[in-house]
Amino acid sequence: MPARSGVSASALPVTILRPSRGWVSLGLGELWEYRELLYFLVWRDVKVRYKQTALGAVWAVLQPVATMVVFSLFFGRLAGVPSDGVPYPVFSLAGLVPWTFFSQGLVQSANSLVGSQNLLTKVYFPRLAIPTATVLSGVVDFALSFLVLMGIMLFYGIVPTARILWLGPLLMLAFATALGVGLWLSALHVKYRDVRYVVPFLAQLWLFATPIAYPSSLLREPWRALYGLNPMAGVVEGFRWALLGTDTAPGPLLAASAATSLVLLISGAFYFRRMERTFADFV
Amino acid sequence: MSGAIRAEGLGKLYRIGRLESRYDTLRDALAGWGRRLVERRKGSGGEDTLWALRDVSFEIGRGEAVGLIGGNGAGKSTLLKILSRITEPTTGEARIEGRVGSLLEVGTGFHSELSGRENVYLAGAILGMKRAEITRKLDEIVAFAEVERFLDTPVKRYSSGMYLRLAFAVAAHLEPEILLVDEVLAVGDAAFQKKCLGKMGDVARQGRTVLFVSHNMVAIEGLCQRVLWLRDGRVAEDGPAGRVVSEYLKTSSAPAPERLWCDRDTAPGNEKVRLRSARVRPASGSPGDPVTVRTPLVFEFEYWNLQPGARLNLSLHLYNEQGVLVFNAGPLDPPPSFPAGLFRDVCQVPGDFLNDGVHSVELMVVQDLGKVLFRIADLLVFDVRDTVEMRGEWYGKWPGAVRPLLPWSTEAVEVPVEEPA
Repeated sequence: MPARSGVSASALPVTILRPSRGWVSLGLGELWEYRELLYFLVWRDVKVRYKQTALGAVWAVLQPVATMVVFSLFFGRLAGVPSDGVPYPVFSLAGLVPWTFFSQGLVQSANSLVGSQNLLTKVYFPRLAIPTATVLSGVVDFALSFLVLMGIMLFYGIVPTARILWLGPLLMLAFATALGVGLWLSALHVKYRDVRYVVPFLAQLWLFATPIAYPSSLLREPWRALYGLNPMAGVVEGFRWALLGTDTAPGPLLAASAATSLVLLISGAFYFRRMERTFADFV
Repeated sequence: MSGAIRAEGLGKLYRIGRLESRYDTLRDALAGWGRRLVERRKGSGGEDTLWALRDVSFEIGRGEAVGLIGGNGAGKSTLLKILSRITEPTTGEARIEGRVGSLLEVGTGFHSELSGRENVYLAGAILGMKRAEITRKLDEIVAFAEVERFLDTPVKRYSSGMYLRLAFAVAAHLEPEILLVDEVLAVGDAAFQKKCLGKMGDVARQGRTVLFVSHNMVAIEGLCQRVLWLRDGRVAEDGPAGRVVSEYLKTSSAPAPERLWCDRDTAPGNEKVRLRSARVRPASGSPGDPVTVRTPLVFEFEYWNLQPGARLNLSLHLYNEQGVLVFNAGPLDPPPSFPAGLFRDVCQVPGDFLNDGVHSVELMVVQDLGKVLFRIADLLVFDVRDTVEMRGEWYGKWPGAVRPLLPWSTEAVEVPVEEPA
């Protein structure tokens, strides 16, 4: 046995532990080394979610679909909100599916560090893995509700075109936004416990600030592009454009969204790393 | 011998004051900023802080097994947390050569809904193992934990013993160059502890560097050549295990092996009988001398009888740390009539009889074999220390209220004779 670990002295990694101050590097190389852990954390979240709940996969689908029904009744029928020439149920569901991925990722990653207290205080690994895995695990729910969306589209006779390939980058945009905000909130949550109450409220406000129940085409340029500063506006309009072929190509809107999202993600990651050194002491 | 761990001036400051209370709210934070502004102006820097670790320096060579001892709050866990990168030092620096595996708790990363097999992978990944490595060791881990039949059962249905064994097995099969182990052996039954200690011994013998925290001095002395003793966050002693452990034990308990009352009117008792003194000592020593499980003991009690002609006897109750009555002893003959005066009772306890741990004495004075005149609890408190002698390969806590050394023999009754080849 000793032979196996009998690496020559020079080959052993050397770690220096000392107090760090101010801003520190993101440590992405180390995160990459722990990619298997990231995989297992995602796998655990998915597995536990589907094992524990009686309805399992149905939950993933129920939330966007039920909201779609409510929106269709009240906004589509009663209020007569326009829907870019697409049947309102499809219009709203195409927004709700990426939105649900985003809001679940946001809420759960914001609580992820505090929920992983036992890990934070007992074992070392790059802490970024925790919120990242939480947001990533939402992809499975997303895939299921996306299948339902495809079914409803076909029901209404809408067949996706090659534009559907844009969904990949758009999903990444939603992921980056959820993670960016999740990093900020999860790090704040360790120190300020009232973040728990702020998050659902924030998610609700954000829902109405995003063109899900209504189209962004209600706005004129340049205001519409400015609307893209809400990254989820870009994601939702991008989804509709790519799937439903709404003729309002969201170019400037998307550019603004991508820029905001990137700022959120990078600033969130640096803030997270800066706060990381105190996690184990406060959590 | 090259250094695996070198610590220089390590310190860890925890804020325990109101400004940085553990569970802040945003509102408190805003209020705090305001207060700090005011206080800074006043020049009062009086925040409540605590140095959990202060100026700790040491060097551990590769392949050394070092024990870390100290009372509660001495900084042992803080030191392990710094070395395993869970928290940062406030001052100083540590240089670590090699991969570090830390085992600060049994069951870190386990999820009760997942099966045994799934948890092995999950916990293994969390502790820093690669998937291929876990797959390779799965059989070994499962065999060690003795859970083969339940591998696909959710661990929430495991008995606590199975759960602990599996959790420990995963961690025990880490192969880092440096292993940091906190008091994980305090949990579980004797068989589990025996298994864990055996495995720890293997790890130490394989030439890995081990830093091992325990309150079990026998395990420490059995597994470690060297011991670091932390007291109030500082290194109190650093040296050969035997010497440091005895130094530590001398200061750690608060024994009361002897009591003496000179003034008869205020001594414990009543108008019928009063105590003068009580002591416990090794048969060939004086009160306060070290007592091990092998030491023959003598209890002595002196008391004044204030009722001429009373028929008195003493009754000694010895309790262990768990509050279990170890034995009750008294004079063998029926009590005679006592004249008024001062009397002394002596009771001898053979060696190789008591188990280790803190013991306390309750004394009763009984009249006419049935009437308790008075009783006094915790009259004497003394520590019986364990020894590494007479226990074979077993380093764990020896179970039982007493630990007699009983004659035991094994003989062959029937051995089939083998045919000569």
